[in-house]
Amino acid sequence: MYRYDDFDHRLVAERVVQFRDQTRRFLAGELTEDEFRPLRLQNGLYIQKHAPMLRISIPYGVLSSKQLRKLAHIGRKYDRGYGHFTTRQNLQFNWPRLEDAPEILAELATVEMHAIQTSGNCVRNITTDHFAGIAADELVDPRPWAELIRQWAALNPEFAYLPRKFKIAVNGSTVDRAATLVHDIGVHAVRNETGEVGFRVLVGGGLGRTPMIGYVIREWLPRGEILNYLDAILRVYNRFGRRDNIYKARIKILVKERTPAEFTRAVEKEWERLRGGPATVPDEEIERLAAFFEPPPYARLKADDAGLRALLADNRPFGNWVKRNVFAHKVPGYAAVTLSLKKTGVPPGDVTSDQMDTIAALADRYSFGELRVSHEQNLVFADVQQPELFRLWAELKGLGLATPNIGLLTDIICCPGGDFCSLANAKSIPIAEAVQRRFDDLDYLYDIGEVSLNMSGCMNACGHHHVGNIGVLGVDKNGEEWYQVSIGGAQGEGAALGKVIGPSFAAQEMPDVVSRLIEVYVERRHEDEHFIDTVRRLGLEPFKERVYATAH
Amino acid sequence: MPRLIKDGAIVEDRWTLLREPASLAALPAEMPIIVPVALWKAERTELASHREVGVWLKPDDDPDALADDIAVLPLIAIDFPKFTDGRGYSIAQVLRDKHRFAGELRAIGDVLRDQLYYMRQCGFNAFAVRADRSLEDALKGLTDFSDGYQATVREPIPLFRRRAAGPLRAPAAAANDP
Repeated sequence: MYRYDDFDHRLVAERVVQFRDQTRRFLAGELTEDEFRPLRLQNGLYIQKHAPMLRISIPYGVLSSKQLRKLAHIGRKYDRGYGHFTTRQNLQFNWPRLEDAPEILAELATVEMHAIQTSGNCVRNITTDHFAGIAADELVDPRPWAELIRQWAALNPEFAYLPRKFKIAVNGSTVDRAATLVHDIGVHAVRNETGEVGFRVLVGGGLGRTPMIGYVIREWLPRGEILNYLDAILRVYNRFGRRDNIYKARIKILVKERTPAEFTRAVEKEWERLRGGPATVPDEEIERLAAFFEPPPYARLKADDAGLRALLADNRPFGNWVKRNVFAHKVPGYAAVTLSLKKTGVPPGDVTSDQMDTIAALADRYSFGELRVSHEQNLVFADVQQPELFRLWAELKGLGLATPNIGLLTDIICCPGGDFCSLANAKSIPIAEAVQRRFDDLDYLYDIGEVSLNMSGCMNACGHHHVGNIGVLGVDKNGEEWYQVSIGGAQGEGAALGKVIGPSFAAQEMPDVVSRLIEVYVERRHEDEHFIDTVRRLGLEPFKERVYATAH
Repeated sequence: MPRLIKDGAIVEDRWTLLREPASLAALPAEMPIIVPVALWKAERTELASHREVGVWLKPDDDPDALADDIAVLPLIAIDFPKFTDGRGYSIAQVLRDKHRFAGELRAIGDVLRDQLYYMRQCGFNAFAVRADRSLEDALKGLTDFSDGYQATVREPIPLFRRRAAGPLRAPAAAANDP
């Protein structure tokens, strides 16, 4: 993984000193609440319902065991012994004290971490494929590029006060595992007709109040031009994005109002000026960054392990787990393992400090001391030897992290919701739990197969509800919590936004609503159809009929 | 005389900012003034005939409109109606990098200590800090960081090129003003 040099260390240290003084001045009354707010937000600190919330950056989701131990320690010392992994591959603590925030940042700096720009109207954490570097369908390892963009974004003086938050995702595979179509900027590695690798650039995707799929504004960009092109896009957005209405301030609105063609022209014109300039990235820099992501010293293993095959045949629970939670690795004899943070009864994405310590020890033993956070709010051990899978499974089971449900209905993406977040209209965690309890029969869950259920407690869409095959949005009706349901959303290559099926539901109706949607699918699916395929073939009607015929 | 931060030091400000064109008549004939861009465009010959004139831009003014004036203007100011309005950073970049403006580039309006470092990286060299705040305190904001990753107006060579060239310059040297 990337390691800091003297420069990176100094920058983060100076940031800690700066924020410590800003916090002191705020507490001393020298900075007003309005003046302090953007400063604390750009250091990850929200003021929430019960306490401040501190969001810590995990660049493109890559974490070392040492860093995870530090997070466990921070959870214990400054919080209530747990943290919450987010859809931006970050970690949030929900109960720190404002006064402690500078000290927490100082502790993070000792393990090359920070909370820079995890909130506020600036460029947020760069996200990517959680299987980067190990997926067989990968064209380019996205991590060196994500690191390059991270450095460009970090404390970028020109783009610290944008009209609104700004999210960038990088994908290096033929399959999009980074939800790049619903980002302010999506960057895809692609080859041109001569076989040279460059980037396709998409702009204006996003969720939130006005969900949109991104437009391709350039089919192929020479790879060395990436920072010049980002500068051009951000400069156009910074100058012309709307600042009169917070709900119309994202870049997607600018792209739509100007038309994608007009917006593209403005960007291309600005890029012409910058092209070939000092920020052009030489291959040597990419090679330097790529060296941080060299493959670990893999053992030479057989592609097919007889012992593993025998266990898979004999042990059904283990077989289920391998089927759902283990992902193919490009190196023979290795596999990537997803640790499910979606156990029924535990808020999706939550991990205790004790679990973090044990996970760190397991990462050291089984996966070269590294792990990744997925945007589906699970953890990944990317480099596990296949003959070790059974032992690892047994250990994870003991920790409650081996729920064999990755990609299934109970692998719910869910924001903290009304239990914690002051923006939320409604709670989300209890609804997720009620649905998980309804679908606790593994055989039925497996029969249903792949389906994503995404839930957000408000329009801000932290739970990515628009791109869930089933999306649930918490809404406020006269002070009561209601839930609006959509179906047909999808992420990845065929990304689509779900359509609302009709009037919203009360909390206690939600398990029934999901059950009925699933029943229609089970009754009417063609062989080999996933839920989303059946929805696309049949349209909304049959689902609506079933849900409203009996529920209302 | 009011004071401001210029080139890293607190100095007296001999310029008068003309927020409203109508108040021009009330000013002494030879006082150096900073006028709205529209007034400059309409009356530049007459304005500049017997006094020094600078121009100030609102965040939605087009810096390209000053392309022909860059060589004659000694001072351009950019207004920050609120410190959270970041348009001025990009306008500064365009004036310095695209139009090669070499005169005084001044931040006016809601100008506060915690934004000064970023402003300077984008090409501002003068800061009319909000009147109710201490200039001495604001001055500290210029040295919050000793260096950054990006190619900026102040440091046109991005860090990755300087990293490649050998040992980075010492932070103490970087903190000094030009």
